[in-house]
Amino acid sequence: MTARFMTGVLLLLTLAAFLLSLMAGKVWIWPMSWAANNADGWIFLELRLPRALLGLCIGAVLGLSGAVLQGYLRNPLADPTVLGVSASAALGGVLAIFMGINLVPFGLFGCAMIGAVASILLLLAIGRGGGPIGFILGGMVLSTLAGALTAFVISIAPNPFAASEIINWLMGALTDRLMEDVLTALPFMAIGALMLLTTGRALDALTLGENGAKSLGVDLFRLQWLIVLGVGLSVGASVAVSGVVGFVGLIVPHLIRSFYGEQPSRILLPSALGGAILTLTADSLVRLIPGPGEMRLGIAMAVLGAPFFLLLLLRYRKGAA
Amino acid sequence: MNLNVQNLGFAHGNAPTLEGVSATFEAGKFSVILGPNGAGKSTLLACLAGLRKPNSGTAKLGDEDITAMPATKRAKRIGLLPQGAETHWAITSEALVALGRIPHARGGGASADDRRAIAAAMHATATDGFAHRPITQLSGGERARVLLARVLAGEPEWILADEPLANLDPGYQLDILDLLRQQARDGQGVVAVLHDLHHAVRFADHVVLLHQGSVFAQGTVDDVITAQNLATVYGIDALLSKDEEGATQLLIKGKMRS
Repeated sequence: MTARFMTGVLLLLTLAAFLLSLMAGKVWIWPMSWAANNADGWIFLELRLPRALLGLCIGAVLGLSGAVLQGYLRNPLADPTVLGVSASAALGGVLAIFMGINLVPFGLFGCAMIGAVASILLLLAIGRGGGPIGFILGGMVLSTLAGALTAFVISIAPNPFAASEIINWLMGALTDRLMEDVLTALPFMAIGALMLLTTGRALDALTLGENGAKSLGVDLFRLQWLIVLGVGLSVGASVAVSGVVGFVGLIVPHLIRSFYGEQPSRILLPSALGGAILTLTADSLVRLIPGPGEMRLGIAMAVLGAPFFLLLLLRYRKGAA
Repeated sequence: MNLNVQNLGFAHGNAPTLEGVSATFEAGKFSVILGPNGAGKSTLLACLAGLRKPNSGTAKLGDEDITAMPATKRAKRIGLLPQGAETHWAITSEALVALGRIPHARGGGASADDRRAIAAAMHATATDGFAHRPITQLSGGERARVLLARVLAGEPEWILADEPLANLDPGYQLDILDLLRQQARDGQGVVAVLHDLHHAVRFADHVVLLHQGSVFAQGTVDDVITAQNLATVYGIDALLSKDEEGATQLLIKGKMRS
C-alpha cells in the first residue's frame, strides 16, 4: 500500500467522520435538514457545526502534537497528556477562571497557552539527560503537580458556582461550544499546527541523535522553540476551548506508523488526519451511548487511552530488554 | 584544502577542556586522534565539526573559520559520524542513508543528485543488499556501515569519525577502517578518533596524540607512537619494532610499574 493511497483513505475517513459528527446524536440530522428553517436546522447550525469543527481541529492538532513530540524526544510514549502539557494548560485555564481573567478577551486562551508553554520548557529542563524515560517521569511529576494545584484552586473557589464552572470545563467535552469559541481557537491552532508541520526534516535528522542532527546543519535551538510554541499554541488553545481530551497524541501516531513506517516526517500530516478521525468518531459515539446525559469525551478518551499507554509501555519494555 | 586548528582553547561544563591545541589535518591522509579517556579527543573533533565553539584560538577549513560558517554550508563540507552509533526509529537503511542529503535539500523530494549520491554511498559500503531492511534488524557491523554510508551520502570534503569502531567485532572494525582509508586514498580528508593503538599503527598516515587537553605529539606513526610517549601518556609499557616488510609492530606488555 503506497503512502499516497493511505493518505487518500485517511482524507476520506476524515470527511466521513466529520459528516457523522454533523449528523449523529439523540436527534439525527440528515443533510436535507441542514439548511431547514426549523429546530433541526437550528441544532445543526448552533450545536452540531461548531462541535464538529472543534472535533476536527482539536483532534488534528493533538494528533500532530503527539507525532512531533514523539519525534523530538525520540520517545514513542510522548504525548501532551502523558507529558503533563494538557494538565498544565488546564491549570492555566483554571487560574484564569478563578481570577476572572477569562472575562477579558483571550484571557482563558492566553493563560492556557502560557501554562502549556511553561510546562514544556520545564519538562525540557528537568527531563534532559534522563534518557528516554526521563521525560515521561518528568511529565508525570508535572501532571501530578498541575492536578494538585488545580484541585487546590477549585477547593478555594469563592462560590460553588465558580467551582462547578471550573470542573465542568475541565472534564473535556465538545458540547455547547459556540461558533465564537471555535473561531477564537482556530487561528491559534492553525499557527501552532503550521509551526509543527515545518519540523519534519529536523525531526528526521534527530533520528541520528543531537550531534548527528547538528552536524547535518539542523538548528536545534530554532527547532526547540518551534516545538515549544507550536505545541503550546495548539494544545493550549485546544484545552482552553474543550478542556482536557487526552491520549489522542499517544494513540494516533502509533497506528499511523504501522502504515507509514517510522520516519518522523512521514507521519506528521497523517497523524493530524488520524487525530481528527479518532476525535470526531469518539465524540459521535459518546452521543449515541443511551442513558441520561452523555459521557464526557475527555473521560471516554482517558478510558481508552490509559490501557493503550500501559500496552505500549509493556511492549516498549520488552523491546528494550 | 586542509583542516587546521590554531592555539585552540575550550572549556565548557563537564566536557574535557582543551588548551593551546594546534594541529593541521591534510586531505588525502587518514588522520587519527589518540589519547587516554578525558584527553579531549571528542571535544577536538566537535570543534573541527563546528558543533562546539572554541573559547579561544581558531578552527579553520582552508581559510574559512568553521564556527563562522553557516550551518548548512558547513554541513555540506564537513560530515560527522558521531560517537555511539545512535539511531532511533525503525527506518530502512536507505532512508537512514538519505538523511545524509539533508544539507543539500531544497524542499520537495529527492533530486537526481540525491539518488545518485545515496546509491553511490551504499555501493561503496556494500550496504545496498539490505537497503529496504529496517536498521533495527541489522547486525552491529551492518549498522556501522549504514551509518558511515549516511556520512558519505552527503559527499563532504571531510569525514570526521568519533570512535567509529566502538562495540564492533574485530572483523567489522577492519571493514570500517578499510572504508575510511579508501576514502582518504581517494583524496578526501579523514579524521578519526580511535582507542585501539594497534589500529592507529596499522592504518594512520598522520597521528595527533592528545594528553590532558593539549597536543603531546603529532606526525607520522613512527614519530608519535614511541615507547616513551606511550609510557608518559597512557602509562603503558610497549614494545615497537619493524617487521620484515618494514611495517611498524606494536606489542603492549602491560602497565608501567612505578
